[in-house]
Amino acid sequence: MTDTVTTPGSRRGPGVRRFTSLLRTAPKPVRTLVRYAGVVPFVAYVAVFLIVPMVAIVSGAFQNPNTGAFTLSNVNIALHGSYIEGFRQSIELSLIASVIPGIFGLLIAYAIYTARGRAGSFLRQVVITASGVFANFGGVPLAFLFIASLGSSALVTGWLSDIGLNIYNHGFSLYTMSGVALVYMYFQIPLMVLIILPALGGLRAAWREAAENLGARSWQYWRYVGSPVLLPTFLSCLMLLFGSALSAYATAEALTTGTIALTSIQIGTFLNGNVIAGQQNVGQALSLGMVLIIAILMIFYVLLQRRSAKWLR
Amino acid sequence: MATVAGQRATAPAPGAGARRRRRRSFPAWRWVVMIVAGLYFLLPLYAALRFAGISGFKDVFTTPGFLPSLWLSVRLAFVTWLITMVIMIPTTVYVHLRMPRLRRLLETVTILPIVIPPVVLILGVLQIAPLALRATAWMLALEYVVLAMPFAYRVLDAGLRSIEVKTLTEASNSLGAGGLTTLWRVLLPNMRTAVTSATILIVALVLGEFTMASLDLQQTFPVWIVLFDQENAQVSVAASIFALVVTWLFLMLITVIATRQSRRIGGGEVTIFAVAPRETIGN
Repeated sequence: MTDTVTTPGSRRGPGVRRFTSLLRTAPKPVRTLVRYAGVVPFVAYVAVFLIVPMVAIVSGAFQNPNTGAFTLSNVNIALHGSYIEGFRQSIELSLIASVIPGIFGLLIAYAIYTARGRAGSFLRQVVITASGVFANFGGVPLAFLFIASLGSSALVTGWLSDIGLNIYNHGFSLYTMSGVALVYMYFQIPLMVLIILPALGGLRAAWREAAENLGARSWQYWRYVGSPVLLPTFLSCLMLLFGSALSAYATAEALTTGTIALTSIQIGTFLNGNVIAGQQNVGQALSLGMVLIIAILMIFYVLLQRRSAKWLR
Repeated sequence: MATVAGQRATAPAPGAGARRRRRRSFPAWRWVVMIVAGLYFLLPLYAALRFAGISGFKDVFTTPGFLPSLWLSVRLAFVTWLITMVIMIPTTVYVHLRMPRLRRLLETVTILPIVIPPVVLILGVLQIAPLALRATAWMLALEYVVLAMPFAYRVLDAGLRSIEVKTLTEASNSLGAGGLTTLWRVLLPNMRTAVTSATILIVALVLGEFTMASLDLQQTFPVWIVLFDQENAQVSVAASIFALVVTWLFLMLITVIATRQSRRIGGGEVTIFAVAPRETIGN
């Protein structure tokens, strides 16, 4: 049993020392190289199957599809007409579908995190396992779930109109921006729960106790201690949610069928072969736009994570 | 030693004062949040199930294309699982033991597939992949490994955090075991819960991935379901909900069993994703 094995006083056990002693005689650059060798397979895999395709996209965005020569016309087309509208609507949708599920996901995470006892433990396991499953749910099945419940003559819509609230008379439709955002929350909220949960541990019980000993009310604790500590992490998680909403393709395609112009769908049409001659690489230019947005998000993500590391963990 | 499935410290017994405070701060908002969440997540499931019914289920199996597409997805899932495990387990263990400073970098890199659109990724892959690879379905598996990384890494990382990796490795080394023996015979048996959970999540991911498969023109199971959908929506809806619930039940079963084992030897609850240590909980 591990409980009975105490950690040795020295930081390095005999086995580890045997490994390093071989290297101790080697010059420093060699030692560093050997240390990094352990992560080479992972780095190589990510480079080949994630980074290289991205680089190909960027270079393709500036190429004439027929001659391969440098051109700006793809980017130019991607920045006009329905394509720029697609970017605008994608960003608007991603904003709605990241902020609202972000707040709600944080509340759920905090609720299950602070639940106590066997019942609390069970609740935590139910929500965490369900989140792992729902965060990967999407596409036609997800669209169908909502068409069956909130479509114009569906179950929940019927219930609501029975109690005198016809949501379709009040401007709601599943096939508009707000409707799609509502469907996106089905995988966005679980994703938020999973990514914010580890950070909640950074809120030390001692801080709350210290605040209470100094006479702070609950709202004062949240206003002066809890929020400032959690805010950077919360915002960095929003960056990920924004990117996740921006990436969604299958769900949007199943739901909108052209009612809303979205960049991911537009890129998909290029892959499906519905292309005007000479515009084959506009898909790459649109993707370049996406990659740029993602890059900005990730820069903020890293900065905010670094900021939050000051207090958390 | 091999039966230690993963453990975390139990929460200290709250004092009388804490208990009084908790009773005051427990109810209202938490109930509201959980009830709203329950309604939001369960009502669509209920509505879809009512629409679908169970009657048409047997039609699925006799429809042309069912078996070939399912078999293709199962093979893809296996290959994806194998590559993901072979790459992610040694990397995660190595970073935990030797280069903890890289943990943050690894977290950031493995989160990338969540924000990079699959449409963009498959477009880039189709542009550069050699024809020999593009013509087969295996290219999908190679990309699914990337898609699986965010969840696989987080689950494995949570599993590693819950065991004494350093102590176990040192004990194993001092008994004369090399790195691979330690990984295979000491660490892996202790990571069973994490590995099983990661497996389920990977299988669920591959059996549900539509975007890349359809744009790569491969008729995997989810692509077939959508094609089939146009003829008989009810059956395919029933099948997808069934898959969702089965996946969740499996994950739940694993965590419940692991928690029971862990409690028997004096540990705390086991969760498949990292939750910070319970002692730090505020109220």
